[in-house]
Amino acid sequence: MASAVEIGNLRPASPEAKVHSVAIVGPPNSGKSTLFNRLTGLRQKVANFPGVTVEHHLGYIRNRDGEEVALIDLPGIYSLTPKSEDERVTVDVLRGEMPGTPKPDAIILILDAMNLSRHLVLAARVIAVGLPTLVLLNMGDSLKAQGGSLDVLALARELGTPVALISAAKGEGLDVVQRFLSAKGTTPAPAAIPVINDVVRCREWACTVAQNSSYRKPLPSKWTQRLDGIFLDKKYGPVIFAVVVIAVFQCIFALGQPLSDGFKGLLDFAGRHIGGLLPVGLFQSLLIDGAWSGVTSVLAFLPQILLLFLVIGVLEDSGYLARAAVITDRTMRKVGLNGKSFIPLLSAYACAVPAIMATRTIEDKRDRIATILIAPFMTCSARLPVYTMVIAAFIPERRILGPFFGSKAAAMLGLYVIGFLAAIMTARILKSSILRSKDSPFILELPPYRWPTVQSLGLRLYDRSKAFVVRAGTVILAVSLVLWALTHLPLHNGQPPEIGNSIVAKAGHVIEPVIRPLGFDWKIGVGLVTSIAAREVIISTLGTLNGIDPESHALSLQQALHNQLTLGGAIALLVFFAFAMQCTSTLAVVRRETNSWKWPLIQFSYMTVLAYLGALAANVLVGRFFA
Amino acid sequence: MSPHEARLSDLREGDRAVLKELDLPHHTAEHLMCLGFIPGVEVTVGKSGPGGDPRVYNVDGSNVALRSDVSANVCVLPKMYRTQS
Repeated sequence: MASAVEIGNLRPASPEAKVHSVAIVGPPNSGKSTLFNRLTGLRQKVANFPGVTVEHHLGYIRNRDGEEVALIDLPGIYSLTPKSEDERVTVDVLRGEMPGTPKPDAIILILDAMNLSRHLVLAARVIAVGLPTLVLLNMGDSLKAQGGSLDVLALARELGTPVALISAAKGEGLDVVQRFLSAKGTTPAPAAIPVINDVVRCREWACTVAQNSSYRKPLPSKWTQRLDGIFLDKKYGPVIFAVVVIAVFQCIFALGQPLSDGFKGLLDFAGRHIGGLLPVGLFQSLLIDGAWSGVTSVLAFLPQILLLFLVIGVLEDSGYLARAAVITDRTMRKVGLNGKSFIPLLSAYACAVPAIMATRTIEDKRDRIATILIAPFMTCSARLPVYTMVIAAFIPERRILGPFFGSKAAAMLGLYVIGFLAAIMTARILKSSILRSKDSPFILELPPYRWPTVQSLGLRLYDRSKAFVVRAGTVILAVSLVLWALTHLPLHNGQPPEIGNSIVAKAGHVIEPVIRPLGFDWKIGVGLVTSIAAREVIISTLGTLNGIDPESHALSLQQALHNQLTLGGAIALLVFFAFAMQCTSTLAVVRRETNSWKWPLIQFSYMTVLAYLGALAANVLVGRFFA
Repeated sequence: MSPHEARLSDLREGDRAVLKELDLPHHTAEHLMCLGFIPGVEVTVGKSGPGGDPRVYNVDGSNVALRSDVSANVCVLPKMYRTQS
């Protein structure tokens, strides 16, 4: 790899000046995150700028002297004219005007070598900020492979900054970053970079610079053209899209279920083993029946959730998601939504919190609120444990489409569909009433197809596992312990009561009349209340309650559930979870994003009412036709 | 619109044209220009979503999908006319 860098341009400003923090800037799809991950590995965290909702990664790298340098991964931007919130944050950070974030000492600007003239428009504006800048041209390997070329030294002269060709995906040429960081506090030589706000003139300048650097554009990727020919084909495109969606669900069930079951077996075995080592008594019960069974009943779903994130990660990194947005745009428009809502909505299948943050790319305020309000209807990964458990307990496995698509996967798909239908119907109502607005334009860049890298997928899974385990160790552990305590109170002559006489049971019996029509008993009722904290808490709650109850102590959670609910009640529970807003993190993020309590309150009430009515209808209908 | 001009949305898959004018609100026009839709640049019409909308346009090596409400306001000079049959 030609890591040709004109280090001659790096001249020390003063011997003491050191680089402490570096901002990574670049347009979307330029390989910014790949570079960031390459440089920092696992030494990174996701953070939010204080006061605004723009998410960024913060990571650390050691320079040659062993000193720690902070890397700030800023959002992908096309220009520096502060139009969207992303661009405004980037400008503020670079100018040192972001409260709480120190002004970066240097910038690493990453551009796509495959499309230099376009990306140089951004370079002009970033270099004009006046900080020492290292320009990295990513995909240097593809540039050559596809017949392009570039005189790196000439470009470095034109820009007045060091320039290097790299391949972030392969990790080639990255030693230049170390050299840049070690060339303590350098300033770029003054280059004749015009500060122009007119895109057309800026573009003319970019073309001249590219020409002076003997830039020869690579031939367009044949693979991208060919694959688009298939994936966006008039006839096969939508069919392939449907097959992909079905395959995702089948994969999560056929592959994820056995993995989760195995993991659960392992955790239970460990629990029994640890329990056996402890003296029998309240402490053992607290640890095993309370903490362990509560936390592990949720933790057991980790393999399945990771599989979901892996599949979504592959779809996103490969470039297919953008094509899916093109295919689904027509449907999105019918419900009055901007096509840009599609990507946040799709990521809501993993988790509504990042999805709601992602809505900031939607310029139209009303469209943005509509998207925020419907995002939690998308089946997030926290619903997956609930769905899996209830389906596994109640739906017999039958083949529907040969060995590829069974009844359990179909039930799961059905739940995803009703969530989606609730979302689009809600969007339609909102967009034709309180949130009516004019269509805003749909402009979406389709990145070239790429092989997802093991590194980037691995890092995603690591991020998710960490978040999931932390949640199991905090929220779920706390709820489990409180619940255990409440099942052991009030004490009678120093002895805990029968579970039926405990505080929890009494509280459960208070709500029972409200949920009885849905086919739920008091234990489910307690689960519904605790799961307002987070959806999967219902599992740990039922795990704790059934683990303490002598009647169900010996049963697996699935068997216990089977004895607890009728088929109608089970379907009602699924429907309830499909519609209900059981997630405090989502409510908190909606409050922050909309800057008012009005929207989260409307959302919570609306979704709860819909969940109740949906569950009621399900219980009555299933009871009438199948009982 | 001169007789040789056409709307980007009128072109068909595989057609090529030179961009002439973006008759769009400033904000939208600037976003398009940042993506490479600069007057004088050649654009090739690509595949589209079901029903022909949105459609993918290849400009300067990037693929960008536009809905017809945007592409109908982009004025182009077609490089080649197809005979209407």
